Amino acid sequence: MSDAALYRLTDVTKSHGGPFTLQLPRLEIERGEIFCLLGPTGSGKSTLLRLLAALESPTSGRVDFDGQALHATNVPLAVRRRMTMVFQRPLLLHGTVRHNVEYGLRLRGADDRSAKAQRIMQQLGLSPLETRGAQSLSGGQTQLVALARALTVEPEVLLLDEPTANLDPAHVALVERTIADVHRERHMTIVWATHNLFQARRVAQRVGLLLDGSLIEVAETEPFFEQPTDPRTAAFVRGEMIY
Amino acid sequence: METYGWEIGTIAGLSLRVSTTAVAIAAAAGVPLGTLLGISRFRGKIVITSLVYTGMALPPVVVGLFIYLMLSRSGPLGFLDWLFTPQAMIAAQAILAMPIVTGITMSAVAAGPQDLVLQVRSLGASRRQVYATILREARSGVLLAVAAAFGRSISEVGAVLIVGGNIHGHTRVLTTAIVLETGKGQFALALCLGGVLLALALAINFLIVRLQGRPLP
Repeated sequence: MSDAALYRLTDVTKSHGGPFTLQLPRLEIERGEIFCLLGPTGSGKSTLLRLLAALESPTSGRVDFDGQALHATNVPLAVRRRMTMVFQRPLLLHGTVRHNVEYGLRLRGADDRSAKAQRIMQQLGLSPLETRGAQSLSGGQTQLVALARALTVEPEVLLLDEPTANLDPAHVALVERTIADVHRERHMTIVWATHNLFQARRVAQRVGLLLDGSLIEVAETEPFFEQPTDPRTAAFVRGEMIY
Repeated sequence: METYGWEIGTIAGLSLRVSTTAVAIAAAAGVPLGTLLGISRFRGKIVITSLVYTGMALPPVVVGLFIYLMLSRSGPLGFLDWLFTPQAMIAAQAILAMPIVTGITMSAVAAGPQDLVLQVRSLGASRRQVYATILREARSGVLLAVAAAFGRSISEVGAVLIVGGNIHGHTRVLTTAIVLETGKGQFALALCLGGVLLALALAINFLIVRLQGRPLP
């Protein structure tokens, strides 16, 4: 494993019993990078993120995190707390927006949770909603609160599953800017799943294309979009693949 | 009526003490067990679930008989000397209430969003914190479980009659007093005791509904 690699996946397969199987002979994610998982709906992006978050175990193969094998049933709490995932369909807890944003800090017994939560809510424009019931929010607001909840715990690894899927263009820009800011400030490793070509190009340092559970190509952003080596990547980035 | 006059308060107080203690014991065991069963997936869960649901239909007289045999002098727990005491009545009602608390809690937890456990874990919750959070999210269903168990306990007569014996001033509760007075043809008094029983149930359920509706921070 190279020094820069935080994750290393070797001969990983993951199946939930149906016809779909995620197959990743080899993938490394480097420490401190923004890695975009690009692919159409149903290509296996969420499944891969759950493996990286140690929420599920591979059916076969090995997922190493910082040199240690990850297995969902046996990951020490201290290791799990180094990573946080924002789900595509986030679920907020009953209570106020503030209760939700502070949740991860409360789990960790943090003293300064109010100040941290306030700062993140301000960054994401959530301060006016602080005392609102979380269950009364729109889909877009729910997604912003879920992102704030994840950022507040200042994870070493941030796993994002289509975090802007329900947002209008202005809020998409706000989220991308906020994530870029926290990445610059804290050098966190970010794995960002999206089906949006333009977003991947805007935010990623490296991009990987997933199609039908297989990793087709991984490259730095510029060559990925400008000189793809695989014809399927070329077709995908030209928007010729219709799913 | 003159027999009861000042005693109704004592009888109602014992009813309340026996049933609330039994439900507290049932909740202390049944809520964690129901949460665990609601979250977990394991082989044989359908069998366990069926057993819990069957427990919700336990006939009080059968439970009363079972406790009677356990606590009788020749029974394995005879040394406790609990037969015909409020402790025996509490034990019988706790056994009746526990499957109700477990079953409804399990159902409330299982009816929650599928991904909630994963999302809570991904935010860094320990196993104990996951359970606490899931329980908080399902609190409306859990309070319903407690209300149903209390309703079952305060209104049952078969078990407390067998293990308590309806002893005047010692183990007489509202339901056993109603049976006694009905047998004696004292229908007005029996109805009056029934009214007290319903008033107690209403008061407790009012508190539970208030808790259900209280907004969370």
